[in-house]
Parts: sequence; structure tokens; C-alpha cells
Amino acid sequence: MATEVSGHEAHAEPNYIAIFIYLAILTGVELLVYAMNFPTVLKIGLLVALAIAKATLVAMYFMHLAIERKGLWVIAATPMVLVAFCYLMLRPDLSSRAWTHQRHPEEQVGVHESAESAPPVSQPAAPQS
Amino acid sequence: MSEAAAAEVHGHGAVADQYEPSLTPGNSGKLGMWTFLAGDAMTFGAGIAAYGALRYQNVNWPDPADWLGISLTAVMTFILICSSVTMVEALSGITHGNIAKMQRFLGLTVLGGIAFLGCQAYEWHHLIWGEHLSIKTSLFSATFFILTGFHGLHVTGGVIYLGTLLMHSFQRAYTVADAKLIEIAGLYWHFVDLVWILIFTFVYLI
Repeated sequence: MATEVSGHEAHAEPNYIAIFIYLAILTGVELLVYAMNFPTVLKIGLLVALAIAKATLVAMYFMHLAIERKGLWVIAATPMVLVAFCYLMLRPDLSSRAWTHQRHPEEQVGVHESAESAPPVSQPAAPQS
Repeated sequence: MSEAAAAEVHGHGAVADQYEPSLTPGNSGKLGMWTFLAGDAMTFGAGIAAYGALRYQNVNWPDPADWLGISLTAVMTFILICSSVTMVEALSGITHGNIAKMQRFLGLTVLGGIAFLGCQAYEWHHLIWGEHLSIKTSLFSATFFILTGFHGLHVTGGVIYLGTLLMHSFQRAYTVADAKLIEIAGLYWHFVDLVWILIFTFVYLI
């Protein structure tokens, strides 16, 4: 049985409390950036960078990718590539749709229906064609 | 060059050459969980990509801060991060043969998951009955409920998964040999935490 747990024993255990402190600090910084009046592009860039940093810490140390065999990265990285591909496939179609550029007359939250629409609660928007 | 000699050149024995070395030696279940998580990541990723594509340059998209409470979700984020730490402490406990520590921290992880779900239930209750927001109201509300709902289902599944393991550990008296069960469950739980980190940023903060 000792061989079955050798996968854990073979590597030094990460300092989990240190990772927790990093994650808590990064979350605090995220909230600070959120509260600051930075230009939109800078704000979004910082928030995305901080989220990626936190996700990387979780994957590397809590999920042990840092000490696993490198081949496991292929499994871990494949979804990221496909998601980027998915986004890039969606963008050209959606950016050509008028409702993304024309503000709705009633300024409802994201509703892209005609002005005759009742309030969103009682009359939900019909699905787009 | 003979086959045996070729095997020696490549640093493997003849037997090792017949079988590809495992990516997760000694724990094939871990490879299974990684494969499952990769598929799950594609589902979440497609949801987040669709959210980004629908929102980008959409002038009708509201400011999330007008609808969503950041303070509560910051607490939810902190709860999930804490539960990830308790999960790795549970793994550390069983790996070192300290079963009581494993059970204690696994229990805390389950409690963290339940606390998270409680906060999410409160948030949804407020949005649905207080703000009259539904999945049909707008693209904003639809993507919000789908992304956070799908994640909430994963947390629910995780609470059941970890809770079952905890009860099983009492019934069957776990030993250090069962560490791989806890490690596999931990992978799932950390993945749920990782996805929430992304949802918190993309849906709530940006």
C-alpha cells in the first residue's frame, strides 16, 4: 500500500497556507481595483489578470499541476484553447447584430425587443431570431 | 539494434515499452477525474465565452453593480477559497495517516460548500422575488442565472460527493491507502473554486 501513496510522498507538500494568503490578498486587490475609478480598459485588464493569477495558483498548487507529470498539462490546457476558439467563432456573428449597438428605447436591462414591450417582469423578452 | 537494446537506449525496460507510462502513476482515477474536468471546463468555458461575446460592445448591457451585491459575493468567494484550503488540509491529513484530521477538514469543506449555497440561495431569492429578475428578462439575467446556476449545481454535487466520502470514511475506517479517493475528490472541489474565481470576475466585477 505504501507504493499507492508514494505519489504524494515523492513531492514536497506545497505550503497551502501561503497559497491561501496569496489568494486572499489577490481577492482584496481585485476588490480595490473594482472600487477605483480606473479607465475601463485598464480596469478590465487588471481584473482579468488578477483572476487568471488566482486560477493559476489554484490549479498549480491546490490541484497539484506544479508537481504532476507535465503530460497532464495537455489535458488541462485543451479546454482553454477550445474556449478561445469558441469565443473567436462567436464574435464576428454577434458584432454584426444591430441590437448590440442600438440602445433600447426603454433602456431595459439587455432587452432587445421593440418599444411596445411591457416591463420585463410581466412580459419577458421573446427569444431573438 | 535489437528490441531489448533499443529499449535500454530509451531508458525503459521491455515491459515499460509495451505500455505508455501513466500520467498519474498509482492513481488512475485521478486521470479519469482530470479528463472529466477537462470536459466540464469546456462546458463552463463555452458559457463564459458566450457571455463575453454577447456582452462585448452591447450598449444595452447594464452595470452589474446595479443589480448584484458585490459584498455578498466577495464573502462567497472567500468561503470557497477557505474551503479549498480545508480540502487540501484533509488530503494532507490522510496522506500522513492522520484520519481524524482528514475527517475534521473534510467536514469543514462540506460546511463551506453549504455556506456558499446558502449565500447563493439568498442572492437568487433577492433577485427573483425582490428585483423581479428572471432568466427570461434579458440577456444579462439569462447569462447570470445560467452561469451561476450551473456553478451552484456543481457546488451542490460537490457537497454530496464530499459528504458521502466523509460518511464512508466513518463507516469503512479509512487508512492512508484511501488518500487517492480524497485527492480525486479534491480535484473536483478545487475546480469548482477555480471556476467561481472566473465567474466572480467576469459576471460580478467587470
